[in-house]
Amino acid sequence: MDANKSSSISSTNAVARARAADLLARRDRYRIVEALPWIAAIAAYFAFPNQMVLGSQTLILILFALSLDLILGYAGIVTLGHAAYFGVGAYAAALLITDVGWSEPISGLVCAAVVSAIAGFLSGLILLRYRGLTLLVLTLSTTIMLQQLGNLFRDFTGGYDGIPNLNIAPLFGYFDYDLYGHTYYLYCLAVLLVSFCVMRRIVYSPFGQALVGIRENVARMHAIGSPVHWRLVVAYAISAGLAGIAGALFAQTNTLVTLGVFDFDQSAAVLMMLILGGAGWLYGAFVGAALYMVLQNELAKISPPFWQFGIGLLLVAVVLLTRRGAFARLAKIDQHLP
Amino acid sequence: MPPVVNTIISILFDGLAWAMFLFIISVGLSITMGLMGVVNLAHGAFAMAGGYLVVTATASWGVPFLASLIIAFIVVGIVSVLFERTLYRQLYDASELHQVLLTIGLAFMAIATYTYFYGPLPQAIRVPYYLSGELHLGARSFPTYRVFLIGVGAALIAALWYGFERTNIGARIRAAVDNRRMAQSVGIDVDRLFTITFAVGSGLAGLSGGLAIQLLGLTPSFAIIYLVFFLLVVAVGGSGSIWGTLAGALVLGVSDTAGKYLFADAGSFFIYAVAVLILLIRPAGLYGRE
Repeated sequence: MDANKSSSISSTNAVARARAADLLARRDRYRIVEALPWIAAIAAYFAFPNQMVLGSQTLILILFALSLDLILGYAGIVTLGHAAYFGVGAYAAALLITDVGWSEPISGLVCAAVVSAIAGFLSGLILLRYRGLTLLVLTLSTTIMLQQLGNLFRDFTGGYDGIPNLNIAPLFGYFDYDLYGHTYYLYCLAVLLVSFCVMRRIVYSPFGQALVGIRENVARMHAIGSPVHWRLVVAYAISAGLAGIAGALFAQTNTLVTLGVFDFDQSAAVLMMLILGGAGWLYGAFVGAALYMVLQNELAKISPPFWQFGIGLLLVAVVLLTRRGAFARLAKIDQHLP
Repeated sequence: MPPVVNTIISILFDGLAWAMFLFIISVGLSITMGLMGVVNLAHGAFAMAGGYLVVTATASWGVPFLASLIIAFIVVGIVSVLFERTLYRQLYDASELHQVLLTIGLAFMAIATYTYFYGPLPQAIRVPYYLSGELHLGARSFPTYRVFLIGVGAALIAALWYGFERTNIGARIRAAVDNRRMAQSVGIDVDRLFTITFAVGSGLAGLSGGLAIQLLGLTPSFAIIYLVFFLLVVAVGGSGSIWGTLAGALVLGVSDTAGKYLFADAGSFFIYAVAVLILLIRPAGLYGRE
């Protein structure tokens, strides 16, 4: 009887360990539910053939919000200047076409990603040493300084009028762009899928876990010897690179880029999307950006102030609800799912 | 007068007027932030509300400009207490992200509401004759309105200095900014202190909204456009300090004006460059503590 008891304790231990190992291994396995957003995106392609321009914009914003999620949702860095990297990517892609004369779209995206990741890395080295109000003001100021610099060198950037007529070469030298944006939509969807898989891989890697650790308890991460600053800078650079891809897609699909991409509204909007969908959850960007775009489209039809009031009210409501923990638990569901 | 001296005087004068405006509009934000640690991105909305109140009071009710400024101070201050009691108090122990989101949400709602009632076009007011035109001082003449701004700023600095350094309630506020828990444990009602400072700070924002109409113009998006400037002043000065806010306002006001005089093309690049430089060296601001 006693022997049985002790063996049952050790076996409970072993079972717990096995379950924990199993949980960790299974957590990052793709689940069937995860196909849903992609099926919905493809279904939208067939269901709303006249809404493809709106659709492409939504996909781009999903990618933008996803990039913010890595630093805000996972690493817990609150920034008011994420539009900076979106803008850098957009201008990198645009200048590549106009000044270098290179119009192949996919290499343009790669180029934009590299440029914004470098921008993110360099600015992150400095910015991430700060916290709180100082960080908010510094990120906000960096973005506006970029906008002002763009205006200063308006011979190069076209100032607030921007760079018009960005014509990219046909995709793979074959698929041309139609007036209704069908090719653009599929192009954006493919880029989003690839970026998402990269992001998903990062989030479930030990590196991603370290970011969550920094968010939850930075003192303990320091104590166990985690290189906190480097982890954050690398995450910031990756996030900037993804935002740059979103910006480049934006420039390529709109065939126009203006200094408006650096507006505070852009940084605020992407933050709102992510919060509406839920930060620190891979699909939060999908839910949030789609919800935001649909609401904007429908409410602004009634009247623009109505939309602005609605989004403000929604934000206040989200904060008050998450303060009580209703959404906070929802947003954490992902971490507890087997 | 040699042109160089003339330019320097212009920069200093306009810079001082701009700094005084920045001080009046930011000081409330700085104190409330230092006291309760709430990042209030809706501070600009209170300023905008004050501006519209002044527009309506002078244009529709026939109230004199100076009196309407005082009305803006009082009404915005009182209304802000409602917000403080219902919404802001939920933020005292909330995360920074929650503070940013709730206050941005409030700012958006305010912009939408004012756009609905006043339309998106800029509003103008007619300032009284004694505040328009030029004031001749020695060899130079200065715009009267800016002299008035400097005067209002100086008067408010004196009043705030007295209230902060010489009254009982000022001492309590300073104590609570220094160490909130300690202040609470010696029996200071910090909650009520915050209501009072919030009301005064928002009232001052409302007053400066009225002052801003002539200087910057007034549209509903005032609440967001100029927000960046208040945040810069508060961050550079160091939150929770009147003198810090004054120093931040002076440094940024004068450097912004100098930048615009000397390098007109660069726009407001300089105010950000100077602010970022200062913050990189002193992350807690000029008067802030680490």
